[in-house]
Amino acid sequence: MIVTSEVTKSYGATAVVDGVSLTLPSGGITSIIGPNGAGKSTLLSMVSRLMAMDKGSVTVDGLDVTSTPSDVLARRLSILRQENHMTARLTVRDLVSFGRYPYTKGRLTLDDKRHIDEAITYLNLTELTDRFLDELSGGQRQRAFVAMVLCQDTDYVLLDEPLNNLDMKHAMGMMRLLRKAANELGKTVVLVLHDINFASWYSDYIVAMKQGRVVNQGPAAHMIDPAVLSDIYDMEIKVHEIGGQRISVYYE
Amino acid sequence: MGKLRSMTRLSRPALVLITLCLLALVSIACFMTLGAKGNWSFVLSFRGKKLASLLLVAHAVAVSTVLFQTVTNNRILTPSIMGFDALYVLIKTGVVFFLGVGALTSIDSQMQFGLEVLVMVAFSGLLFRWLFLGEERSLHLLVLVGIVFGILFRSLSQFMQRMLDPGAFNVLQDTFFASFATTDPTLLLISAIIVGLVTIAALRMLHSFDVLSLGRTHAINLGVNYKRTVVIILILVSILVAVSTALVGPVTFFGLLVATLAHSLIGNSRHHFVLPAAVLLAIICLVGGQTLLERVFAFDTALSIIIEFLGGIVFIALVLRRAAR
Repeated sequence: MIVTSEVTKSYGATAVVDGVSLTLPSGGITSIIGPNGAGKSTLLSMVSRLMAMDKGSVTVDGLDVTSTPSDVLARRLSILRQENHMTARLTVRDLVSFGRYPYTKGRLTLDDKRHIDEAITYLNLTELTDRFLDELSGGQRQRAFVAMVLCQDTDYVLLDEPLNNLDMKHAMGMMRLLRKAANELGKTVVLVLHDINFASWYSDYIVAMKQGRVVNQGPAAHMIDPAVLSDIYDMEIKVHEIGGQRISVYYE
Repeated sequence: MGKLRSMTRLSRPALVLITLCLLALVSIACFMTLGAKGNWSFVLSFRGKKLASLLLVAHAVAVSTVLFQTVTNNRILTPSIMGFDALYVLIKTGVVFFLGVGALTSIDSQMQFGLEVLVMVAFSGLLFRWLFLGEERSLHLLVLVGIVFGILFRSLSQFMQRMLDPGAFNVLQDTFFASFATTDPTLLLISAIIVGLVTIAALRMLHSFDVLSLGRTHAINLGVNYKRTVVIILILVSILVAVSTALVGPVTFFGLLVATLAHSLIGNSRHHFVLPAAVLLAIICLVGGQTLLERVFAFDTALSIIIEFLGGIVFIALVLRRAAR
């Protein structure tokens, strides 16, 4: 369980995240949605200790993220952000192997190798293991990074806008994979998503943020509702039920 | 086919390292023996000292540049960008300006050396405080601050140099040009001990270098104590740079040359391949270059000019390639 209490981050006088107290359930997929500048990514960065908070605290399974040693947390929680610009030149297998670093600090054991092979197979990267990252397409590279995070084998997997720059097919593939990881491997997946239809289709729980605060939260069925969504995004959003799934329409 | 490909990939860094090792040994052998006349014990001990200083500088420059580039996550900037060479010039100029030209020769050279190393490390320690003011682009801030300091130090020393009398200026200028030939043996010993200790410290952290090269976000995600590790590495780097600068004076582009070559020859970014490759390349450049210069061209001048020329070309090529993307 991830618990944030009164988490605040300000730049100058503006609070980007403003006293957010939140309890994210264990298991399943939780999506954080909201307009640009709502503080979603900042919140995720603070939960994953990438960014220090000005006020408040975050605990992951009772471990305070600011005081727990980084390598202990690295075995509980992993984070993948959008910009993965890299100067290092690595093969897919090298990258995925880094997922085992929190456990063995670079000396790979047989058990590590098994984890690495599993993660590579899980993301259908077997053909690409010896390719260098700069030789891959955007979608393939994204999959390689997700493989690294899965190889890290943490209970909590945090992803900041994992669908950015992915086409429909790859976006769908990524979400199906995360669903599978949540169902089969028992991971708790927390995502920042912009596409509310993907959020509706794949999430168990949705948290909505706006202007640094949590404005609404609940099961996907409760959140994907014309009144709730319109309030979050300040625009008219219609919701249709198609084949048992709630689909939002907001194109004019 | 796929298997063949992976096999050639696997053996490539090893092949490169073996070749470089052989080349380095050949250059050392040539340096020690070519054109030797007369008493061997004299020749060997005389050249041995020169060789030792070349090896030390090669090691210090290569390791410091590779680690600095890893920590700052870029392939263009080197420690000399942080204003180290400029500080060296400033310290020396300050000594001559305030204490007179006699001070350069009268202060015990070991004292002077110790002082230079100390001031340089203190300066870099001060700079690194800036690192923690921000979170994201803090290393870029550091580099920018380095550039600003570099300009400040250069202008200050130019200002002082203008006010010196021409005789003192001449003596001073002589110490600025990197010379790989003249070094005091006791300084060599002290430097060797310092460089050895730094190397041991670096080896103990070897596993974290690869993770750091993934960038800040991934390094933290994978459980590296980022602040602490970066500070330690930057201190090690500044000690190495201080030692090599104090030994032979400023060499701006040499580190860039060997680090870039090492990365492109090895083909991947694993530090246990790249670091030794960079050191070996530096040895080949310095020792081999010095041999060529002394024996083949019978041209007893500063090797640094040629190395800086080549390094400068690499630098321009790198900048242009970045711009083209």
